Amino acid sequence: MTQKLIQQTIDQVSRIVLGKDRQIRLALACLLARGHLLIEDLPGVGKTTLAHVLAKTLGLDFQRIQFTSDLLPADILGVSVYDRDSAGFKFHPGPVFTQMILADEINRATPKAQSALLEAMEEHQVTVEGETRPLPHPFFVIATQNPTFQIGTFPLPESQLDRFLMRIELGYPDAKAERALLQGKARRELLAGVQPALQPQELEALQRSASAVFASEALLDYIQALLAFTRHSPRYLNGLSPRAALALLHAARAWALIGGRDAVLPEDVQAILPAVAGHRLHGSGEFSGESSAALIAHLLAAVPVP
Amino acid sequence: MNKLAWLLAALFLAIAPHLTHMPLWVGPLCLVLGAWRFSVERRHARLPNKWLLLLLAATATAGVFSHYLTVFGRDAGVALLVVMIAFKLMEMKSLRDTMVVIFLSYFLVITGFLYSQSIPTALYLLLVVLITTVSMIGYSDVKDGLAAQPRLRLAGVLLVQAVPLMLVLFVLFPRVGPLWGLPKDAHTGMTGLSDSMSPGAISQLISSEAVAFRVDFDGPPPQRGGRYWRGPVLWDFDGRTWSTHRPLDDAPAQFTPQSAALHYTVTLEAHDQRWLFALELPVTLPPGSRAGSDFQILAQAPVRQRLRYSLASHTQYRFGLELGEKERQRALRLPAGGNVRSIELARSWRDTLKSPHAIVNQALAMFRDDTFFYTLNPPLLGQQAVDDFLFNTRRGFCEHYASSFVFLMRAAGVPARVVTGYQGGEINPLGDYLIVRQSDAHAWAEVWLAQQGWVRVDPTAAVSPARIESGIAAALPNTELPFALAQLDPTWLKRARLSWDLLNNNWNQWVLGYGQERQSRFLSRFHAMLASWQGMAVAMVTSVAALLLLIALWMLWHAPQRGKDPVRAAYLTFCSRLAHRGIARLPQEGPADFALRAMRLRPDLAAQIDLITQLYISLRYGGQRGDAGELKRAVRRFRP
Repeated sequence: MTQKLIQQTIDQVSRIVLGKDRQIRLALACLLARGHLLIEDLPGVGKTTLAHVLAKTLGLDFQRIQFTSDLLPADILGVSVYDRDSAGFKFHPGPVFTQMILADEINRATPKAQSALLEAMEEHQVTVEGETRPLPHPFFVIATQNPTFQIGTFPLPESQLDRFLMRIELGYPDAKAERALLQGKARRELLAGVQPALQPQELEALQRSASAVFASEALLDYIQALLAFTRHSPRYLNGLSPRAALALLHAARAWALIGGRDAVLPEDVQAILPAVAGHRLHGSGEFSGESSAALIAHLLAAVPVP
Repeated sequence: MNKLAWLLAALFLAIAPHLTHMPLWVGPLCLVLGAWRFSVERRHARLPNKWLLLLLAATATAGVFSHYLTVFGRDAGVALLVVMIAFKLMEMKSLRDTMVVIFLSYFLVITGFLYSQSIPTALYLLLVVLITTVSMIGYSDVKDGLAAQPRLRLAGVLLVQAVPLMLVLFVLFPRVGPLWGLPKDAHTGMTGLSDSMSPGAISQLISSEAVAFRVDFDGPPPQRGGRYWRGPVLWDFDGRTWSTHRPLDDAPAQFTPQSAALHYTVTLEAHDQRWLFALELPVTLPPGSRAGSDFQILAQAPVRQRLRYSLASHTQYRFGLELGEKERQRALRLPAGGNVRSIELARSWRDTLKSPHAIVNQALAMFRDDTFFYTLNPPLLGQQAVDDFLFNTRRGFCEHYASSFVFLMRAAGVPARVVTGYQGGEINPLGDYLIVRQSDAHAWAEVWLAQQGWVRVDPTAAVSPARIESGIAAALPNTELPFALAQLDPTWLKRARLSWDLLNNNWNQWVLGYGQERQSRFLSRFHAMLASWQGMAVAMVTSVAALLLLIALWMLWHAPQRGKDPVRAAYLTFCSRLAHRGIARLPQEGPADFALRAMRLRPDLAAQIDLITQLYISLRYGGQRGDAGELKRAVRRFRP
C-alpha cells in the first residue's frame, strides 16, 4: 500500500518533470522527512515546475512568492488593515499561510525579507504585530535560488541554509528527456490536469512511516563516523553539526521508505548525503575552492562502512 | 591559544636545563619573545616586521659569538639554537612553521643529554618530549576536536608505541667513532682530583657527593683502612703547592707482593684527566695505560667517558728498595728560603734521632700528641704556609698534614713525596660493590726507608684515626659537615641513597656504558656479521622495517574488529572469499551496493550472494536480534 502510493506519486511527477527521477525521489524524501527543500540551479531548468507539480500531486494548498529585491516581510507574512465595519484592525494573512510555499529565487530578496520566511520555516508559526499565529499543517517550503555567482543576489547565510533539509540541483536534462520535452505538450497545460495522488491523511501516514524506519546501531556508527571525519579532517572548514546529523538520519529513513525497506542501510545515507550535507560543508585552507560535490565525494570515499 | 600555551611550555621546559650554562641574557630574551608571541596571539596583532626580526636575530647571534668567541661546539651551539628557536616563534605563521618549531624543540631535548645523562635528566627530558608531543597533536588537530586530556593520552600512546623502535635503535645503531661522541668542549667543569695540591684543594672536593668511581670486587673487599686508591703522585713543592712538573717516565718499579692478589673492576667516571685509580699497589695495568716508577697510572688520553677496567692488586707489598740518585735528590728537594722554624725543627730531629724510622715516628707523635685538629674549615695560612700551620694555626685537613709531614721529612733528610687519591669508600650492600665519592678524596705521604723501600705514612691517621677507620663523616664534628654528608641519615634514608646509587650504577653499566666496544661484543654473540658497523646498520634497517611491518599488520588485523560480532565476522569472511575471486568490497561500499556489483560480475553466484546479503542486512541493519546461525551456514557453504 505504502509502496503503491509512493510509486504513484513519483510516476505522476516524472510525467511532467522529465528525466529527473533521482531529484524527484530526493525531493519526495525531503518532504516525507518533514524538511524544507532548496533547489539551486540556473533559470529555466524546471525548478518551479518541479515545486508546482509536487504541491499538486501531494494535494496541498499552494502559494508562490516571487522574491524580488523590494519584497517586504509584510508581503510574506500578511498585514493588519483598519476595517471600518468592525471598527478595528483586521489581519489579512499573507501568502505564508498555506501548506506549501514556493519561494522563487529566494536569494534575490534582501536578508530582511528572507529572514521573515526562514523564521516561519523553523518555528512553524509567525508572529505579526505581537500576535503569534500558527501555520497550517503540513507546512513545506520549497525555495529555489540562482547560483550565487549571478549578479543581484543576496546569498543565504550559513545559518539559514542550515534550515533546509536538502539542497538539490536539477541540471540539464539528458538528450532523450529533452527530446520528449520538445515533442510533448506545454508543461503548463499538463500541470493544469494534475490530480492529487495522495490524500492529506495519506501524506501524514507516509511521514509517520518514514520516521518509523529502523536505524540500527551499526548504521548510527556509520553516521557518526561520517560526522567525526568532517570534524577532524583539515579539509573542511567546519564539521557537520548535530542538527545536520539528525537531518542525515531523517532523510536516510525517508529514502529507505521510498526504496521499500523497513531499515536504513548505509547506501541510503550515501544516497542522500550529497543533498543533505552538500550545502553545510565548505572547504578549508587549500581546499577552499573545492566544490561541494568534490568535498562529499572525498567524505564518502574516506569513511569506511563499519 | 591553548595550543600555543602547550608549545611554549614545552619549549621553556626544554630550555630550562640550559639556563645555567648560557649567557645570562638568553633566558630573559626567551621569556620576552615567548610573552610577545603570546600577546600577539591573544590580541590578534601582527607579527613583527621581518627586517626588525633579522636585525634582532643578528644582534643575538653576535651576542652569542662575543660570549663564546665561536658559534660552534657544544655550549655556543646550544645557546645559538635556543636563541634561534625563540626568534622562530616570532615568524611562526603557517602550520609548517609551527612544525619546524616543534621539531626544533625535540632537537633541543637531545642537546640536554650533552650535559647530563643521569636518570633524573632522562626522566625529565621524557616529560618534555611528552609535552612537545601533546603540543604537536594539538596543532595537527586543526578543528580542536580533542580536549587536553585525550591529547595527553594520545601522546602517551604514541610514546609507548615508539618504545620497540627505540630499543632496536639503541641496541643496533652503530656507535661509529667520530659520529658517536660529544663535542670537544663538553667536558669542562668536571670534578675530580687535580694535578696539584695546595691548602684547601681537597677540602673543596669533600663537599661533593659526586661519585668518583665504583668498584666491583671479585672476592670480599679489603678493610676500609687498607683501601688506599692511588692517584697522582706529587714530587715538587714551591712552598705552598705540590705538583709534578715533569713526570717520571722510566719503566715501572718492581715490587714484591706480600699478600694474596685482589681482583676487581673499576668503573671510573669521566674526570677529564689522564690518571686512573688503583688500589695500592696494582700488578696489572689497564690496557693502553702505563705507570711510572712511582706507580702513577696514566691513560693515553684524558678520561672523557666512563671507563671500565679490570685490575689485580696486592695490599701488602714492598717496593722501590733501590732509590736512584736522581730520584733521591728530587725526593729531598725543598724550596729555597722560607719556613725556617719547620726546617730548624726537622734538623733538630735529624741530629738527635738515630734512624729515619724514628724521625717518622717523632713527626707522627707530634701530630698525635700536640694540639692539632682535623677540620674541614682551617684558617687561612700566611706566606710561610708550613710554619704557619705547624706553629700557629694547627688546624688542618689531610692536605695540610700530608704537605707539612713531607716537608718535615725532606728537611730531616728522609726522602718523601705526597700521594693523592681516595681513601675508603662506601660498600653498597644492595649491589655488593664499592662506591668511592669525591668526598673520599685524600692525601697521604710516602717516605723512603732503607731496606723497606717506599713506605706509606698517613699523618692524617695520627691526628684523626676515625678518618681512616670510619670515613670522613665520622671524623668531622657534625657542625662542620657539608649538608650532603650530614650524619642525620636515618637508616631508611641511607638505604634509599644506596638503592639510588645501585640504580645509577646499573644505568651506567647497561645504558650509558653500552658503547662501541660493548655493543660489538654483545652483538657478535648472536652473529659474526653483527660485529662490524655495516652489519649493524643492515640489521638495524631490517629490524626497523620488520617492526613497522608488524605494527602495520597488527593494525590491519584489528581494524575491522574481527571476531567481536559474529554477524560481522561471517560477512567479512564472505567478502574475503569474493575478494579471492577478484571481487573486493571497497571499504566505503555498503552491503547492498556490493551485492549488486558482485551479482553483475558473477551471475552464477547471484542467488547465494543475494541470500547472504539479505541475511546480513536484516541481522545487522534490520534490528533482528540474535541468531547468526543461518548466515554462518550460508557463508560456510559459499565457495566461489
